Amino acid sequence: MTTAPMTSSPLVATAEPVRRSAARGRWLSVLRTPVGAGAGLLLALVLLLAVFAPLLWRDDADTIDTESVLQGASGQHWVGTDNLGRDLLFRVLVATRLSIGLALVATLIAVVVGLVLGTAPLLLGRRGGRLVTAGVNIAVAFPGLLLALFFAVVFGVGMTGAVLAIGFAGAPSFARLTQTLAAGIADRDFVAAARIAGVGRTRLLLRHVLPNIGEPLVVNATIGAGGALLSFAGLSFLGLGVQAPSYDWGRLLQDGLSGIYIHPEAALAPGVAIVVAGLAFNLFGEAVAKGIGLTTTLSGTATTASRRRETVPAEVVDDGRPVTDPGLVQGRPVLDVQDLSVAFQGPDGPVRPVRGVSFRIGRGEAVGVVGESGSGKSLTALAIARLVERPGEVTAERLEFMGTDVLSGTDRTHRRLLGTAFAMVFQDPMTSFNPTRRIGRQLAEVAEQHQGMSRKIALARAVDRLRAVRVPAAERRAHQYPHEFSGGMRQRAMIGMGLMGEPKLIVADEPTTALDVTVQRQVLDLLASVRAADDVALLLISHDVAVVGQVCDRVLVMYAGRVVEDLPAAELTTGARHPYTRALVATVPDMHIDLDRPLPVIPGRPVDPAHQPPGCAYAPRCPLASARCVEEDPALVDDGSGRRVACWHAGEIAADLEVPGAAPVALISGERA
Amino acid sequence: MTSTAAAPTSTAQHRGISSALDSPWVRFAARRGGRLVVSLWVLVTASFLMIHLIPGDPVRASLGPTAPAALVAARRASLGLDDPLPTQYLHYLQGVLTGDLGTSLSSRLSVSQVIGQRLPATVQLAVLAFLVALLLAVPIGVLMGVLTRGGRRRGGELAFSATSIVVAAVPEFLLGVGLVYVFGVKLGWFPVAGRDGASSYVLPVLSLAVGPAAALARIMRVEMLSVLQTDYVRTARAKRLPAPRVYLRHALPNALTSTITLGGILLSALVAGTVLVENVFAWPGLGSTIVQSILAKDYPVVQGIVLVYGTGVLIVNLAVDVVLALLDPRSTIRES
Repeated sequence: MTTAPMTSSPLVATAEPVRRSAARGRWLSVLRTPVGAGAGLLLALVLLLAVFAPLLWRDDADTIDTESVLQGASGQHWVGTDNLGRDLLFRVLVATRLSIGLALVATLIAVVVGLVLGTAPLLLGRRGGRLVTAGVNIAVAFPGLLLALFFAVVFGVGMTGAVLAIGFAGAPSFARLTQTLAAGIADRDFVAAARIAGVGRTRLLLRHVLPNIGEPLVVNATIGAGGALLSFAGLSFLGLGVQAPSYDWGRLLQDGLSGIYIHPEAALAPGVAIVVAGLAFNLFGEAVAKGIGLTTTLSGTATTASRRRETVPAEVVDDGRPVTDPGLVQGRPVLDVQDLSVAFQGPDGPVRPVRGVSFRIGRGEAVGVVGESGSGKSLTALAIARLVERPGEVTAERLEFMGTDVLSGTDRTHRRLLGTAFAMVFQDPMTSFNPTRRIGRQLAEVAEQHQGMSRKIALARAVDRLRAVRVPAAERRAHQYPHEFSGGMRQRAMIGMGLMGEPKLIVADEPTTALDVTVQRQVLDLLASVRAADDVALLLISHDVAVVGQVCDRVLVMYAGRVVEDLPAAELTTGARHPYTRALVATVPDMHIDLDRPLPVIPGRPVDPAHQPPGCAYAPRCPLASARCVEEDPALVDDGSGRRVACWHAGEIAADLEVPGAAPVALISGERA
Repeated sequence: MTSTAAAPTSTAQHRGISSALDSPWVRFAARRGGRLVVSLWVLVTASFLMIHLIPGDPVRASLGPTAPAALVAARRASLGLDDPLPTQYLHYLQGVLTGDLGTSLSSRLSVSQVIGQRLPATVQLAVLAFLVALLLAVPIGVLMGVLTRGGRRRGGELAFSATSIVVAAVPEFLLGVGLVYVFGVKLGWFPVAGRDGASSYVLPVLSLAVGPAAALARIMRVEMLSVLQTDYVRTARAKRLPAPRVYLRHALPNALTSTITLGGILLSALVAGTVLVENVFAWPGLGSTIVQSILAKDYPVVQGIVLVYGTGVLIVNLAVDVVLALLDPRSTIRES
């Protein structure tokens, strides 16, 4: 019964400058949702009953009929009669007014007192405000019922006392809410501006703060009224609220409970009334709160949906299958990916952020994947790691790791192979470790799980691995939690986790992006040395062409979910044939860059995977684009030497542009950093 | 959780004892202890002031308008109500510290005696309900979170949400009445009132536990859903751990921290809820006693029981903070 004001805290975030018409629109739109409409209807019914029931049925409810005392339900008395033969249905209906009215008055008291206490810090200045805040903080720790009992003693048993008690008991949570909301508003620019303009505290509060916290406050008051209703029923039930001859639902419930054996309806009918009315306030408040919170998301999806309808999902012309086996360095490849696609179910049919990617990685080979954000490179990594969860769907003609088909079968069948030989390093080391578990345990559990080691031996192995990735004081560090590690050290620990087994492939998804520049080097060096020491293959995903060029043997360039070029890393700056690859390379600043010229950027935006163009996805941004590029998607063609490119104009040079020191690509001027 | 305490100890050893005061655990204990002391002081002061805030003469109110003036005066003097307020306050503080909470106006028993008789029944009820609520809410919330993750089983999600909202909205005393009707009156499985044997605990405990359990299960599911989307759960999956281990060892502790934060409020409300439930089931605990005492205007007993309930709530809040600190070591560092 004290839950209602407590639920107010999650609704705090909705404070924002409100235009009245917009607010009204949002409240109305809530009524169009099923929950909002149902709760609104219920609430309207309860309020109507509160107004009209006493006018219509007061006499029926008070008619004493000694002939039919304590009767059960019958055609004449639907829920029976009480000990004076009065009809209980009418009494429950008539009691609506008192029950609802008292709850609303109590809520009003709670809101007003809460507002006074909550805004006191703004008006009183620092010291007095802090005292009030501290008092409120202590008071909210106590449940509303306990506060209500306390105040019921102070204000005396009876209706007035109970209204005051429930009002004052609810005040602390409204005070806390007001404080939180007002503090959010007080930090805003327009309040700061008003303050600088010399607007007084009181005026600031009345004109600038209160109007902007009104809406969430009203929503919470609606929910609070439901809580007050239940509290009041509780107090009356205990005999501390409404006293005879007046009656509210709680009072009727108390009277009914004593005779529950012979006449259960007398207790159940007011009980149902309390629950229904409480739910009406609660649900309506929650529905409005949710509606207000959801406004932005709803309009957001609407625009995306309408935009998507304009374009038809494109047919993929090319399946991206190489003619030769470029990844086949020696013997069996570590990873063999053929025609890998990832699809999500969109509102207008499947969206495919990865479309027919094929490549192989040989033993000990380092392959880089570059591309802009949204090119599908990270999703490709997750797909080959079997980490794409529903609703994403992964399909491939072939997905083999160490000669084993890892696409089919359950997680269980590949657990041991992938758990020991396939290591993943994720982008953000700050969030990729479990904050509630020690680093050592997080490493050790790999060995416990897949290599059958005991806890102790596994932990010793974890310490050894931490040492191997150059974590200083590994023994002590293993007992620490992730938050006690620096970012670079966490990333090294993450690599160490991959080394718990006998990895044959490390998939590193932007492993240095979240790190400090000075630390990036260390992590890359570590990856390189791990690779050299144990002949581990590496799939390094990065948007940073320079990083990939330094670490990898071969580079896959991805654009719009496809591999558009596959070439040796050494030829990245000199031998790139796809205009997109060249553009990427050109955006890398070097020591010789002319600082007086704007930094090069690739013009235009990456393609939205929801609507791929029918032709080459890069055509809209490409300086070489011709009519054919717009109509037909070029296949990824192998030139026989293991280099692959998907471009109708592979190797051609755009004539109309000359950029010194960079590959010839279209540039637009960008602000230099 | 004993192993959790080992880390700061070893850290402290490394840095030497002089810096032990810098340990986040020591600072946590100091900060939390300070808050407890201040809250207790506010509670004791409020309970002292209660009798003085009552309009009119509480003794006259208690003895009734027909009581002779001499009796009222004598009773006032024996309660020390004629002393100056600061003196009364000091006496009250002394009394609370030495366990002397005064004498009941109606039964002439000492308040500590009354509380001593009634407290066990209430504590049993609250603790059992607390455990039942957790045992219901955590597994259900986790299970629903796992089953409905990533938009799976929309129908199940809807049914769960609707049920839990409605159940959580039914106040404990109404649920009690409903349970009495169904299981006591109709089916006759459990006694409808009193405290006599194990079967008499079932209905009161359920009436107290079910509402908070429904609310907690909802919170638990939402927290589970958000935790299942985190990077570290993806890491756990990348380690190819079996699904139960991912859910129970990696996701659950993190989901619990937020659940316990929000659930602490519900659980301290549960302590207060015993007042209502005891009155439904005529349970011979503090809750039925405080209501009788309020109606009889037996203020010393009311003051004493308010103190006990308030302290109970503060203990629950403290326990929640300690559990949080143990589950999530970062929370000891965060200023709450």
